[in-house]
Amino acid sequence: MTAATYTRYELLRTFRNRRFFIFSLVFPLVLFYVIAGSNRHTDLGGVPFPTYYMGGMAGWATMIGVTAGGARIAAERQVGWNRQLRLTPLRPATYLGAKIASGYALAAASLVLIYVAGLTLGVHATGGIWVSMTALIIVALAPFAALGVYLGHRLSVDSMGPALGGTTSLLALAGGAWGPLAQHGFMHTLTQAVPSYWLVQAGQAYGDGPRWPPGAWVVIVGWTIVLGTLAMRAYRRDTGRF
Amino acid sequence: MSRRIGGIDDYPSSPDRGILEVMSDRTTRMNTGIELHGLVKSFGEVHAVRGVDLTIGPGETVAILGPNGAGKSTTIDLLLGLLRPDAGTVSILGRPPERAVRAGKVSAMLQTGGLIREITVGELVTMMASLYDAPMDVHEALAVTGLSDFADRRTEGLSGGQTQRVRFALAIVADPSFVFLDEPTVALDVEARREFWTTIRRFTERGTTVVFATHYLDEADANADRIVLMADGAIVADGSVTDIKAHVDIRTIRFTLPGGDSTALAALPGVVDVDRHGDSIRLRCDDADLALRALIATRPDARDFEVRGADLEEAFLQLTTSIPAAVR
Repeated sequence: MTAATYTRYELLRTFRNRRFFIFSLVFPLVLFYVIAGSNRHTDLGGVPFPTYYMGGMAGWATMIGVTAGGARIAAERQVGWNRQLRLTPLRPATYLGAKIASGYALAAASLVLIYVAGLTLGVHATGGIWVSMTALIIVALAPFAALGVYLGHRLSVDSMGPALGGTTSLLALAGGAWGPLAQHGFMHTLTQAVPSYWLVQAGQAYGDGPRWPPGAWVVIVGWTIVLGTLAMRAYRRDTGRF
Repeated sequence: MSRRIGGIDDYPSSPDRGILEVMSDRTTRMNTGIELHGLVKSFGEVHAVRGVDLTIGPGETVAILGPNGAGKSTTIDLLLGLLRPDAGTVSILGRPPERAVRAGKVSAMLQTGGLIREITVGELVTMMASLYDAPMDVHEALAVTGLSDFADRRTEGLSGGQTQRVRFALAIVADPSFVFLDEPTVALDVEARREFWTTIRRFTERGTTVVFATHYLDEADANADRIVLMADGAIVADGSVTDIKAHVDIRTIRFTLPGGDSTALAALPGVVDVDRHGDSIRLRCDDADLALRALIATRPDARDFEVRGADLEEAFLQLTTSIPAAVR
């Protein structure tokens, strides 16, 4: 199978790159341990702090993982690899599919680590909640996967680091991944239009688990369409493929 | 038809053939080879390719030779469908280049380009092979390119010459009908260049058509059956190395003359220019017979005469610098 072999090697390459690994996996994990560990007996509105904070860290870590593919795209463009691929029968769907799959694979590894860290800090939830959290996180990552592809085809390797770091940090902050934001008023409404807000909400292990109102789906699907279109256009412009 | 400023005009059709024969030959070539027709490509004010017509049949090893800026890379990019021509058509096996690429019939090693990292040579060649319906066996591709011992080596640990061989392996693992190589040895040292060409010859022995661009005359001379000489965006000569040399009306006279005066020698009839190293003198002549008679008459002390036809370098110089101002 064409797509299977190609995707398999893309995944293999992803997990061989230690730099991405460390940045994507270790950094959020350390932050989670440092902040949630030192506040492990604190309550936040009746919710143990580690349980509350796991949602934000899961969102942030997976966001880094799924967008990290963009840096790989930029690096491959720099060595002219995309031109080489253009001279093969590789279909755009296979190419983009493999990139998105490796982004998700990295995000999955991050997510598992954050979950395990959460368990060690006393987070407990029903099986159903773990499943619905994971499912919603997967959905909420779609616009970020598109963002990674878009940036990878637009920016150079040199600007990729700051761009990815800055964008994910800003989105993490705006989505409330690092700490609670305004719960009422204009700022709250604005925050709810940001996809990272719903990504963080998807990691809610307390109460009845994550809850997405219809508006959340609109935000996630809308951002996915917008960023997905931008990503496709950047890819086409970059490679001349239609 | 193509401009043949160099005076080589007997390719591709010969005058003694009937029109029907020529037409059927053309049709066959269209379906089995490469056909470029009236190709024009400009980048703003720069007219990179200005009217190229070229037919390449199966099994040939063709060098596209020319100085930097002659339009070689642009022609190859047009051939591969990486660029769209402003005018003219490209047909590979009777189809547009993009479709020939998608069918796995054409592959290339571009001038610039490295390898992706975090993968071994063997894995990378396997990954590329998986994109084709009928690829070459991966072990065979590695063996042909002399990479069998490097299959487990990561791409980031390869030398320049090894990297070029891997890039060549990636081009041939498609098992294509045509392989294009755009200045494949430009960044390599002499030893790596020699090794690389040994690899390519091992591959061309299998009968696959290889078209390579180069500005090294010796590479074209040693490795091509046919040379397409480009200058200033146009083909100025097209033929075998022997053909091209034969059509150049420059010959050289070498001799020994103590105390030779360059200015006086340059003034002899038939002499184009003079090259002097001590007593050893070389005259480039457009009429060597006339020059030799005049030389013997004026300088009876000249000795060790040697009159030779043009070598490829002289042919190259003459053909690439004799473009009329009107087409510049």
